[in-house]
Amino acid sequence: MKAGLILGAGLAGVFVAAALVSFAWVPHDIGGVDIAARLRPPGAGHLLGTDHFGRDILSMIMVGARTSIAVALVAVGIGIGVGVPLGLWAAARRGSWADEVISRAGDLIFAFPSLLIAVMITAVFGPSAVNAIIAIGIFNIPVFARLARGAAMSLWTRDYVLAARVAGKGGFRISAEHILPNIANLLIVQGTIQFSLGILAEAGLSYVGLGAQPPVPSWGRMLADSQTMIAIAPHMALFPGLAILLTVLGLNLLGDGLRDLLDPRLRRRRT
Amino acid sequence: MTLLSIEGLGLSIGAVPVLHDVSLTVGKGEIVGVIGESGSGKSMTALAATRLLPEGAQARGRIRLAGHDMLALPERQLCRIRGRDVGMVFQEPMTALNPLHSIGRQVAETIRIHERTSRADAMARAARALERVEMPADRFPPGRFPHELSGGQRQRVGIAMAIALRPRLLIADEPTTALDVTTQAGVLRLIRRLVDEDGMGCLLISHDLGVVADIADRIVIMRAGRVVETGRFDTLSHPYSQALLEASTHVAPKDARPAGAPLLQVSGVVRDYPAPRRGWLGRPGQFRAVDGVSFDVARGENVGLVGGSGCGKSTLARAILGLEEVQAGEIRLDGQPVFDGRRANRAVRGRMQVVFQDPYGSFNPRHRVLRLVAEPFHLLDDAPRGAARDAAVAEALESVGLGAEDRHKYIHEFSGGQRQRIAIARALVIRPELIVLDEAVSALDVQVRAQILDLLADLGRRFGLTYLFISHDLSVVRNVTDRVLVMQSGRIVESGPTEQVFANPRHAYTRSLIEAVPALPRVG
Repeated sequence: MKAGLILGAGLAGVFVAAALVSFAWVPHDIGGVDIAARLRPPGAGHLLGTDHFGRDILSMIMVGARTSIAVALVAVGIGIGVGVPLGLWAAARRGSWADEVISRAGDLIFAFPSLLIAVMITAVFGPSAVNAIIAIGIFNIPVFARLARGAAMSLWTRDYVLAARVAGKGGFRISAEHILPNIANLLIVQGTIQFSLGILAEAGLSYVGLGAQPPVPSWGRMLADSQTMIAIAPHMALFPGLAILLTVLGLNLLGDGLRDLLDPRLRRRRT
Repeated sequence: MTLLSIEGLGLSIGAVPVLHDVSLTVGKGEIVGVIGESGSGKSMTALAATRLLPEGAQARGRIRLAGHDMLALPERQLCRIRGRDVGMVFQEPMTALNPLHSIGRQVAETIRIHERTSRADAMARAARALERVEMPADRFPPGRFPHELSGGQRQRVGIAMAIALRPRLLIADEPTTALDVTTQAGVLRLIRRLVDEDGMGCLLISHDLGVVADIADRIVIMRAGRVVETGRFDTLSHPYSQALLEASTHVAPKDARPAGAPLLQVSGVVRDYPAPRRGWLGRPGQFRAVDGVSFDVARGENVGLVGGSGCGKSTLARAILGLEEVQAGEIRLDGQPVFDGRRANRAVRGRMQVVFQDPYGSFNPRHRVLRLVAEPFHLLDDAPRGAARDAAVAEALESVGLGAEDRHKYIHEFSGGQRQRIAIARALVIRPELIVLDEAVSALDVQVRAQILDLLADLGRRFGLTYLFISHDLSVVRNVTDRVLVMQSGRIVESGPTEQVFANPRHAYTRSLIEAVPALPRVG
């Protein structure tokens, strides 16, 4: 259990580090086209080979990590920033029309696959990384709203919340002082998992051309570009695919590990 | 003849020793009561008898149960013994039954686990077992589900499961702690009757000497993992046993303070809850939790509000505290309404506070004591800040017998009794006039309970407090209140000076409550 947490943190850390390093330094410039060096297999000079324009794949993956992480991070931020207050509000006014509207609106969003929402948004505003963020972010809102509402509802029956009400505190203060700190661990765990889902969703959107637009590199579009070359340059597909796989795996392991670490019930069983 | 004999049992979990040299015996047709406060090892002793021990537990000594050496048998054989030779009843009837299975099926299941028999035969025997626990099929068909039964009825189903195979030993671990006094008396009588009829041995575990004294043949007093004393109730002589005995009959010092003008006035209060609709097109029904309740509490007076669970006493308490709106009637504190229009009246709410039952659920685990105790300051417009707030919290903690330095600790560092002191400090910190005690001592061990009652009496004198004691337990209320109100199904059925109500109860429900209080036999 502990090993999973360390492995997950390590994998996720490697890709975050790669994204940060790419701001200062990449092995090769990826702005230019170098047809003479195209489709080089992995080896000295180009550690992971080059693509059909002669760009260095390692550099592309490093810069692509930036896109993936930024999109997923902002999308999770939108989900938490909007979803958690909505969920807390619904729980504070449970059974009221506000609760009903928030819960049913969440159901409505859940009824559409996130990809479909993204297609709708890009149909209106045109494809871009920002619109991908908005699409994934919207899908994250009800996830966090539902989680926060469910967890907060059970806390609202606690005596310490009743004591706070006796002390004259209103729904807003109680949610901020008593409910939020006690559901924070759940939110952190869910945040990690949504983060990995966000990376997957960004890759999927870019793959079908609805995410980051050229020349901004993106793991999903690298996969799409490699499709026609798969027979002659399999490394073009292999490395971005591995990057997605390892990042998502790392984040999921991290999420599971954090849950075990932060859930006092599981902690007690372990000791 | 000895059914269960435990000799020199020692137990450690991991590196922590839990039991030391525990010895006890249970014979046929005999009820042995094991008494101890929480953490005394009484439940561990019972679990060791069936070897249902937690992981990492190591037992030494000898346990013989109906001729089996329980510490040597392999797990497979233990499984055959548990349930067939030993039946167990647990404390919490609400979670001991599977909510998806009918009660008949659950009882039949224990039979079918141990005997190859047809489903129909098992169901018939289950029906007989239910009949024996006074749950006859014409009133409680075996097709009923646990949620359709009350706590006491569920506990009876639990007992039916335990005795369905006519075990030779029944282990009951706090079987009545979660129940009302009236229900508790019925369940205890039932256990005594079953033991007499079947000639079972019974190990009855409780933290309350009063519960066990009446029906147990012998009593084992435990403390800190050791047996302090074993013997018949009237021969107990160890100082610790005497202290327990004194604690459960404890009378907090009361002084007659002159009752002043009415502080709390409750008149004609009605509280309805929406009930589920009948059918799809039916109107939503109404459940009347509090039905036209009126009473006054004078300044400086201690009033008890007593009733079984579901009688509406907690709902009434919430209404008094301004947490719930009432549908009719009015609640006034010192002449001012608690509800002003549709909002709770802040000025009034700053003059009353509450202490809840559960010392473990009453505090946000993520805040320090300073912040927890200071919370009611939110009600005051001119609340002290900074050092003044610190000093007020320290003073409140010291007045409940804790140290001022405790304000920097987290709540998990305190025991149940200390937490209840902190809850009282939290109620005291804004110097209220009225404190509502909602089952405030029900979850505590008898000795701790006695200390808390003394503390409350002392604080009441020092700060001129008025208490409203809400409890299902008459014995608590009797010792600390001047006047008592008895509540049944949302109405107050009897009220009067405490001693008078106890000496001469007029209403049948009051009589049944008083009779149900486990009385300690007079020790001559």
